[in-house]
Amino acid sequence: MFTAIFSSVEAGFIYAIMALGVYLSFRILDFPDLTVDGSFVTGAAVASVLIINGTNPFIASAVALLAGFIAGCVTGLLHTKGKINPLLSGILMMIALYSINLRIMGRSNVPLLQQETVVTVLTEAWQKAGIDEAINRVISLQSFVPRTWAVLFCMALTVFIIKLLLDQLLKTEIGLALRATGDNKQMISSFSANTDLLTIFGLGLSNALVAFSGALVAQYGGFSDVGMGIGMIIIGLASVIIGEALFGARSVARATLAVIGGAIVYRIILALALRVQFLETSDVKLITALIVMLSLIVPNVLSSQKEKRRKKRRAQERERGEHVAGAQTDYKSV
Amino acid sequence: MLELRQITKVFNEGTVDEKVALKSINLTLAPGDFVTIIGSNGAGKSTMMNVISGKLLPDTGSVWINGQEVTQLSEHKRARYIGRVFQDPLAGTAPNMTIEENLALAYNRTKRRTLKFGVTKQRREFFREALKTLQLGLENRLTAKVGLLSGGERQALSLLMATFTKPDLLLLDEHTAALDPARAELITQLTKDMVEKLQLTTLMVTHNMEQALRLGNRLIMMDQGQIIFEASGKEKQSLTVEKLLQEFQRIRSSHFASDRAMLV
Repeated sequence: MFTAIFSSVEAGFIYAIMALGVYLSFRILDFPDLTVDGSFVTGAAVASVLIINGTNPFIASAVALLAGFIAGCVTGLLHTKGKINPLLSGILMMIALYSINLRIMGRSNVPLLQQETVVTVLTEAWQKAGIDEAINRVISLQSFVPRTWAVLFCMALTVFIIKLLLDQLLKTEIGLALRATGDNKQMISSFSANTDLLTIFGLGLSNALVAFSGALVAQYGGFSDVGMGIGMIIIGLASVIIGEALFGARSVARATLAVIGGAIVYRIILALALRVQFLETSDVKLITALIVMLSLIVPNVLSSQKEKRRKKRRAQERERGEHVAGAQTDYKSV
Repeated sequence: MLELRQITKVFNEGTVDEKVALKSINLTLAPGDFVTIIGSNGAGKSTMMNVISGKLLPDTGSVWINGQEVTQLSEHKRARYIGRVFQDPLAGTAPNMTIEENLALAYNRTKRRTLKFGVTKQRREFFREALKTLQLGLENRLTAKVGLLSGGERQALSLLMATFTKPDLLLLDEHTAALDPARAELITQLTKDMVEKLQLTTLMVTHNMEQALRLGNRLIMMDQGQIIFEASGKEKQSLTVEKLLQEFQRIRSSHFASDRAMLV
């Protein structure tokens, strides 16, 4: 149980980077970008192939990020210059990337066992420094000792650095224009911002994060697979929606924090659901879809119930008020 | 300041829906001119505004701002010279962003956007001072989301955002039409004050003849894609709504008369 939740949180932090990317396209740019399903794998593929060929895993991950940026820019170009509908530009890019990813990997699956990856490097350094032992001494859980704390800490740190950078970027002049592009395109172009360029840049950035996340997931899981991106946009959306529902999205900083929280909560729900007897690993996508459906429907139901209760209270109050008013007129007539 | 030369714009050319929206329009605005444009629906007022702002490109003719030809310049590039307020109060502001963020967006109209923070301490003070001129108390609500403001407040904010960077040309497209009479009066007064204070060259479309007479030093009446009547200075001051309507009827009927003459 603990082991399952622990690894969910680990994975949650890695997927949170992807979720931040989806937040950027879906919420900030108001652009439902399906490129994600493809660019996630592109990141994984580029990193794996580079690592197998002896590249430093950190550099390989950075190159993956760049590859994602380019993929996102192409989607942006299709939409802004090619005048293709947003959904369709994303789907076209996703399909195109499927073949490109196969080209990059050369086959449908690239294992990374026995390779030096970001995960192994960090774990080793961590063990050498003896931090794991120190932590385990302080937090002594009898039933559960994790393999290493390195992944959890390093990924959490990475995610929060990315979150902070993103928060800061969205406060700059360019960042404000980016947000306005998603909020009111007509308005921001009347204030001399090139919305085409901003959309392309925003989608590039979004997919860069997605591909980076893909690169890390591949190294964490020990392989990259051409099918690993299927439904990734839904997982990203689930994280964004769950996060916003649970933690609120009053400001950008709050929303990005919520998205990270949402990514972790999603992983935990998934891990718990898979422990149910009759559900199998192959049901993951179905569970994901159900989680997203619920997280979309439940907040609506809750808020409409709240509204009903509010109206009822109002009606009762008014009735009481009329009684009082009636009593007063009676008194006067006497 | 602004010059339109022989502007023609046709929609749906070669189909049964063909409509000549602008017919060889010539118009010159001197610096500081405040021109009000009236005319019935379909007269070509909005098309003319869109041709000036770059949202539409004319079929023939050229647009000049500050002695520079901008006919082919894209909308966002042209926006460096032009401040705009739209009819819809929702159109001129970003609802999910705060008042100060909206002002920061407008503040960057004339500059290249960088990775510096959009809202700095110094700018916030500047925004606060600018908002005070609206006298709506918005200076105390800098971090409120604009979506929470009323239509009148949003339109006042739009007007401020369009003007406080002193554009070479201010375009007002029926910017009081969607407001109740009291708010419309407020925005009209604000418009008058701001244009006078900053000496802005302004082009304002309106359906309100009384407003068209009250504001500005020049008045233009458009009909069927042409400028059919123009008054400025003393002549404009002596105009009344009745006189304008008479003038409109007279020109209209003379058009009809000439049409009939051609048929006979």
